[in-house]
Amino acid sequence: MKKKSFLQIIPLLLIAGLAALVMTGPLSGLILKGYDFEAQFKTPLILATFAIVARFMFAVLPMDRLRPKASELPPEPSRWKTWQQGLFLFLLLAAFASVPFLGSKYWVSVLIMALIYVLLGLGLNIVVGLAGLLDLGFVGFYAVGAYGYALGFKYLDFGFWGALPMAAMTAGLFGAILGFPVLRMHGDYLAIVTLGFGEIIRLVLNNWLDFTGGPNGLDAPPPTFFGWEFKQYASQGGVPFHEAWGIEYSKGLLDGFIYLVLLGAVAVTLYAVHRLRRMPIGRAWEALREDEIACRSLGLNHVNIKLSAFMMGASIGGVAGVFFAAYQGFVSPVSFSFFESALVLAIVVLGGMGSLTGVVLSALFLTIMPELLREFSDYRILVFGIAMVLIMIIKPRGLVQLRRPFFAIKGS
Amino acid sequence: MTGPLLKVEDLTVRFGGIMALNQVNFTVQAGSITALIGPNGAGKTTVFNCLTGFYRAQEGAIQLATDQGEVDLCRLLGQKIRGKDFGHPPDLLVKIYYGFFGGTHLVSRVGVARTFQNIRLFREMSVLENLLVAQHLQVNRNILAGVFQLPSFRRAEAEAVDRAYTWLKIVKLEAFANHLAGSLAYGNQRRLEIARAMCTGPSLICLDEPAAGLNPRETDELARLIRTLRQDFQTTVLVIEHDMSLVMGISDHVVVLNYGQVIAAAKPHEIQEDPQVLAAYLGTEAQA
Repeated sequence: MKKKSFLQIIPLLLIAGLAALVMTGPLSGLILKGYDFEAQFKTPLILATFAIVARFMFAVLPMDRLRPKASELPPEPSRWKTWQQGLFLFLLLAAFASVPFLGSKYWVSVLIMALIYVLLGLGLNIVVGLAGLLDLGFVGFYAVGAYGYALGFKYLDFGFWGALPMAAMTAGLFGAILGFPVLRMHGDYLAIVTLGFGEIIRLVLNNWLDFTGGPNGLDAPPPTFFGWEFKQYASQGGVPFHEAWGIEYSKGLLDGFIYLVLLGAVAVTLYAVHRLRRMPIGRAWEALREDEIACRSLGLNHVNIKLSAFMMGASIGGVAGVFFAAYQGFVSPVSFSFFESALVLAIVVLGGMGSLTGVVLSALFLTIMPELLREFSDYRILVFGIAMVLIMIIKPRGLVQLRRPFFAIKGS
Repeated sequence: MTGPLLKVEDLTVRFGGIMALNQVNFTVQAGSITALIGPNGAGKTTVFNCLTGFYRAQEGAIQLATDQGEVDLCRLLGQKIRGKDFGHPPDLLVKIYYGFFGGTHLVSRVGVARTFQNIRLFREMSVLENLLVAQHLQVNRNILAGVFQLPSFRRAEAEAVDRAYTWLKIVKLEAFANHLAGSLAYGNQRRLEIARAMCTGPSLICLDEPAAGLNPRETDELARLIRTLRQDFQTTVLVIEHDMSLVMGISDHVVVLNYGQVIAAAKPHEIQEDPQVLAAYLGTEAQA
């Protein structure tokens, strides 16, 4: 891009300001007053000034220098030894596990939501990041998991521990149900169908009053630990946890317990997904993302591969749903709007498609950041949007770029 | 290894009203290098796509000799059910079965591998991973075995990596094992695609214009590689190619297509003198 001289910029600035006035003037400048309206000039002028300044920055700043350069360097083996990595991960896990014992109840609740989004991100990462199938209805599986727990308790008397595998299987089944009709679709078409799928699930939950309770929602029971309940006084015939262990009762016990179980689930899922990428099925997912026709020419059954990606991703989403229901103690369709799908997709895209570290970091960032910026809560979505745009410009492949597994040459 | 490996019988493909292939017949001898040539639009790639299961032929059969006897590749894709099938219930059941579960991947599994005219590598995966994907059916696909890294899984993976390295050595790419496939030079990508196809353990490999975009030195190397495939790995090679010096240099048998019909099938030196072939390539003198 050639640098423009200052004189050339001035008309551009005027056009930008005028455009801002025309577009935002009527909306922000005219204020209804009974059947009449009065004109206000302050707001549109501020907006126009803002547009002019922004246009000026664009013209003056070297925008192309912000773009990343392609790296030509070949990949190399990790600099860290296996035991060093293991120790690091163990310390990290220990630090997270110590939060309920050291930190406040508030931080435990923030981290529970963050870890639920980590789980969701890991699930969607399989579908979008590895298999390359754009899924905008991921919240559907989250809802299936959460409602699976609440409904299972209401009708079949399932507890938390029974609900975990059941929800994973049910959500996996729903993943297959979604997978079949969309086998031939790619990109935009797939995105629209999955978007519809997520909405269908939410609308069914909202309108099937007799079964799901509709907008009133359903109660989800708190989890138990080997039959011990996390209540001050146990229900008929039960023993509360704090009595069995001889500790003081506190309201944080339940959250702390959910947090630790959730942390375990996240650790197990992380390990499993890490392994999957180095296994035939994970490689097949990535190969499908890269080139479906080449996959078929190599004898890979693309139907099975797509379905397995949908099912595996959905199962993880379902497990996240159970934790969400158990933590909230209540589920209602409001929690499963399209915004959740968009947020989870943003987590995967921002983190770097396919990269586990990236997904974990961006999930933590996108859920903890709003808590830190409570005073600016009005501008939360704005900050969110700006962060997205910046990352897409500076690092279009996400915060953490995917690393290929390294294969050492055997003695030749 | 003697006798035909592949028999194409009356293969007919129509796209709407256009006759892409009209009653194509030819055979490929086991252990041979057969070239398929013809002017642009003659139907060479259509034949390839039928052989490798990407197009469904309207009529005809493609018989591949395998260890389990002859297999009709057209049947694996699932054929249209016609009225007369109801007279033969076993045929009908077979058609219904392949209608549901058939597909391109089955063609690859009976031993036909292919490369593509426009290279189709898994660009964002490493070179070695490309070769591992090709061995999908030969490794341990049990999910639990993989997650817990059971000994059987480790053994199968190590074997797959060894096999991949063997092929990387053959195509002289072992230095690039951990590079992204998309970052390789064009000629290297062509060789990698051949190695990937060979990793599926095929009896017949179909190369679609393997020399396109290669310089003369690389083309010579390619000719050597194709001979290696046949001599050291007993693989039959079917190749589409426009580079006539390559075709005449390596092939035992040449099939010439024009307007969807086979106009000649003979040894290379005979093809060079065939009046019909010359007419197809150079045109005939205008009739007065």
